Amino acid sequence: MSEQLASAGVISAAAARGPLVLEARSLGKDFKLSHGWHRDILSAVRGVSLGLYQSAVVALVGESGSGKSTVSRMLAGQERPTTGEIALDGETVQPWTHGQFRPYKSNVQMIFQDPFASLNSVHKVRYALARPVRLHQHLKGHNAIEAELERLVERVRLTPAQQFLAKYPHELSGGQRQRVAIARALAAQPRVLLADEPVSMLDVSIRLEVLDLLDELRSQFQLAVLYVTHDIASARYFADDTLVMYAGEIVERGPSEDVTQQPAHPYTQLLVASAPDPDNFAGEIRPASSGEVRRAGSALSTTVGCRFAPRCPLAEDRCRAQAPPLLQVSAQRAAACWRLDVAAPDLLHRTQEEREEAIKT
Amino acid sequence: MSAVNTAESESMPSAEATQQEAVLEVRDLSVVYDLDTKAVDHVDFELAPGETLGLAGESGSGKSTLALGLCRLLRPPAVITSGSVIYRGSRVAPGGVDLLELSSRELRKLRWREISIVFQSAMNALNPVLRIRDQLGDVLDAHLHLRRGERHDRLNTLLDLVGIPRERLRSYPHELSGGMRQRVMIAMALAADPEVVIMDEPTTALDVVVQREILGQIVELQNRLNFAILFITHDLSLLLETADRIAVMYAGKLVEVGSAEQIHNRPAHPYTQGLLGSFPSVHGARKELAGIPGTPPDLRSLPPGCPFVPRCNHATEKCRGIDMRMNPVPGSDPSHLSACPFVTFEMAKANTPKVKAATSNGPT
Repeated sequence: MSEQLASAGVISAAAARGPLVLEARSLGKDFKLSHGWHRDILSAVRGVSLGLYQSAVVALVGESGSGKSTVSRMLAGQERPTTGEIALDGETVQPWTHGQFRPYKSNVQMIFQDPFASLNSVHKVRYALARPVRLHQHLKGHNAIEAELERLVERVRLTPAQQFLAKYPHELSGGQRQRVAIARALAAQPRVLLADEPVSMLDVSIRLEVLDLLDELRSQFQLAVLYVTHDIASARYFADDTLVMYAGEIVERGPSEDVTQQPAHPYTQLLVASAPDPDNFAGEIRPASSGEVRRAGSALSTTVGCRFAPRCPLAEDRCRAQAPPLLQVSAQRAAACWRLDVAAPDLLHRTQEEREEAIKT
Repeated sequence: MSAVNTAESESMPSAEATQQEAVLEVRDLSVVYDLDTKAVDHVDFELAPGETLGLAGESGSGKSTLALGLCRLLRPPAVITSGSVIYRGSRVAPGGVDLLELSSRELRKLRWREISIVFQSAMNALNPVLRIRDQLGDVLDAHLHLRRGERHDRLNTLLDLVGIPRERLRSYPHELSGGMRQRVMIAMALAADPEVVIMDEPTTALDVVVQREILGQIVELQNRLNFAILFITHDLSLLLETADRIAVMYAGKLVEVGSAEQIHNRPAHPYTQGLLGSFPSVHGARKELAGIPGTPPDLRSLPPGCPFVPRCNHATEKCRGIDMRMNPVPGSDPSHLSACPFVTFEMAKANTPKVKAATSNGPT
């Protein structure tokens, strides 16, 4: 359990599944912006702490520009954090340094959003998979490698294996390509899988199959999975724990079912209310409106107060003056909001009762 | 409707005849790429005045080709090989005009004025080097011939309509957020007061919160101005909420048409049933998700008969011989049509899904 999380007193729902593998300790990333002479610093990510646990899925949900992909890129070692640190099995690592990158990659692998861009189109599937097998598994000899390649391709349900190994990416459908990308990540025999929007480019009818495959691999290889998505509904079904990001900060965290069914933070509430409700057929479109979106502006390092305040219906002077920290709502939940008493009164009330109950017993 | 009715009476299911005369009637429309790839295959539907018809389908199902075909915006190698598109607006001759038979000059008069289209990517649809004022003004100049003062007022009204501050008329597209650009596109589509607006994935590139705002705005504008919408999207869950009727498309063919309620409560075609079980929802109780096995079809090598056969749980040998004609669903309202003559809603309920749901991981 991370120090930051422990100090907030929040237990991750994902921790119930296995030991902590990869941890982000108050990660931050600043980007320099320049408009002519004028310079600004955009803090794309600020103080993000999260733990990835063996055999568990943690979802990172947010709109475009919220910094969720930057977090996954930092965890993958592709982006160097401005502040904070990354710990693998409790030990601080610096994956961006020369000597540590490859051993780190043996443990932590990533799947990207666009399977059309992430596979080299001039090489066959066999090439894409053989490289990580040689580099990370140190297998030698044609037969050993070939056997491993077949096993990998069959593992992601692409059969007959030999036929798929001999294909070029353009001969595959989007779903099949994403399976190859998953097989490539598995080729390194990682313990952590970072999946950045793995299904959002795929057709609706095959998304579920790919998510299902990821879930199966998670339990079989005891993978710790970070699932980055803009679709809070899929997080509800796929992840143990859901973290909601807004303008670079985590605004709410907790077990997926609780966060989606009883959102505490006003932004999460807006997000859930905006998701299409298929049971509300031919009904009224509920207005879930709140102000114009000011994305880049609200994440500038000069912003004071809660970053959601300009869009928040509950914002008061305190919100605009001081940024709220992640406050514990219940044993497994936390939200960064000063006005939780108004935003989620039932939740706070119930937590209060639970605490009193705990004191009694 | 009489002229068309006699000509195409065979492909015209009498049950679908709506009470009101349709403002747009598509009969037997087919579009072919490279002479052998049937992207749109004998599609029939109609759009009533003031109605929202949702067209759902996966990528490659031909839904965008259909939209472009309606407006004759297709470029080679796409060719319209059969069918008619009858437009019966209040401003055209009684009996309507067939858009597919107009000269390009006549067609130009109709575009924007009678039928307008909103594309998915507003950044590509707007001209980056022209101010919003000039682009909106172009539509007005081409169709309405207003005096200077009227033109100015109309531009302001249009921006008010979609909730953009008036000073934004001076902005260039890159100075606007994605949501605002899409609103400008909607304003442009409504500029000449058309009776039919085709929306091709108008909110797909936007965040859910913005998507919601824009949808709400579209519905409100429709209530006020009473235009008909053909709403094209891959997201069936969105359509269930926004559309009056829904048409589901697969491999260039319509497979089911019905009201949002019929599609939601009693889906008849196996593909529709599969789609409905495919997407998770944040609302309501957790349900078992099923998904659809297999991969989307390759239009260049479709099997004979029903194109859904390779992915269908109910498929039998008979399915390879059917002609995909839309027939009323037994036990449902006559306006509810399905291309599958075998499967019913009740049969689907009894059948267990082939793909296991990705729900084993839930904290329930």
